[in-house]
Amino acid sequence: MTDNLFQYLLRLGDDRLVLGHRLSEWCGHGPILEEDIALANIALDLIGQATLYLKLAGEIEGKGRSEDALAYFRDAIDYRNVQLVELPHGDYAVTMVRQFFFDVFSYHVLEQLQSSTHSEIAGIAAKGFKEVRYHVRHSSEWVVRMGDGTEESHRRAQKAVNDLWRFTGEMFQADDVDRAMLSEGIGADLDAIKPKWNEIVSDVLNRATLVIPNDPPAMTGGRRGRHTEYLGHMLSEMQIVARSHPGAAW
Amino acid sequence: MNGPIVDILREVKDPEIPMIDVVELGIVRDVSVDGDTVRVDITPTYSGCPAMQVIERDIVSVLRAKGYDNVQVNTIFSPAWTTDWLSEETRQKFRDYGIAPPTGASRAEGGIAELVSLRRARPTIECPFCRSANTVEKSEFGSTACKSIHFCNSCHQPFDHFKAF
Repeated sequence: MTDNLFQYLLRLGDDRLVLGHRLSEWCGHGPILEEDIALANIALDLIGQATLYLKLAGEIEGKGRSEDALAYFRDAIDYRNVQLVELPHGDYAVTMVRQFFFDVFSYHVLEQLQSSTHSEIAGIAAKGFKEVRYHVRHSSEWVVRMGDGTEESHRRAQKAVNDLWRFTGEMFQADDVDRAMLSEGIGADLDAIKPKWNEIVSDVLNRATLVIPNDPPAMTGGRRGRHTEYLGHMLSEMQIVARSHPGAAW
Repeated sequence: MNGPIVDILREVKDPEIPMIDVVELGIVRDVSVDGDTVRVDITPTYSGCPAMQVIERDIVSVLRAKGYDNVQVNTIFSPAWTTDWLSEETRQKFRDYGIAPPTGASRAEGGIAELVSLRRARPTIECPFCRSANTVEKSEFGSTACKSIHFCNSCHQPFDHFKAF
């Protein structure tokens, strides 16, 4: 039970930490000032949520690891995020399509977790749920704007959907950890979320004049520590200061 | 809540909106004294608000300055912080500082289908300088997580809005 709960919290934390870091890479490079600021804000929300889940994970594990220890001193093989969030941020279409796919997923997960039997998870989720509501509004607006925009923006948005689609199935792959957490009333019901995710995503892509590719959403393994090569590169940058100067404070 | 301690905590301001103290902002949820230990329960505004760490440190230091050496600051999450807790007096302080106070619905209204429909309800935000309602939202995201950016068509001033959340 404790190990399942620890694993479950790592998943919630790592998805948000890795995606938050990817968004933060846009800081100073956004296509327009307002979007630069928007992505920095959303990154801050996600990293903030991750901090809360990882802090709780460290307490549950009981080995004295803080949220910083979990973020900066674990290698890629010990990260439990889905592969979708670790892929490079690409162009703005990739960033926004990926964000939209994750936001719709996160919306439904956090909606359910608000009534988790674990009171701290429920409280953290209630705060995050208020935040994901404006995240998904922002990302869906951009998916429609780019998909149903110019020839060039449409081409890029469709390419982003094509390239990312095979990574979307992993979010809904329930394993023993998910089943144990669901049966305890702690975790979210991924089987119930999948059709809702499909419905919203199909509706928005349709309005964006974007087509869902035929490839099966086959890429998987992140929850067990099997990642794409991109995560290690990302972590090396994210972790270098903390690892070069352990215990440093500023 | 313990009155004298609450009065001391009013000295702690939010570093990003320094005219507002942490009690009126609703961050301080409970204060209790047990022997020589003061316990302060606080709740975060946004999950990633960087001001929270500063606020936590400031709470400890103002209480220490008044002789309370054992201060325990706990973070609680329920009920989730909302701008609904701000009084009219506090809202006026926002205007005086040049920030439009929270306007519109803070509560989750409608499901995800509505959120992604592109039919966003945009409340009329009154300009904090000239009180004109002829304003336009420039960006839902501003200099901090809690603010959006607007422009007043009447007095031609850009201004921040403390979002209803």
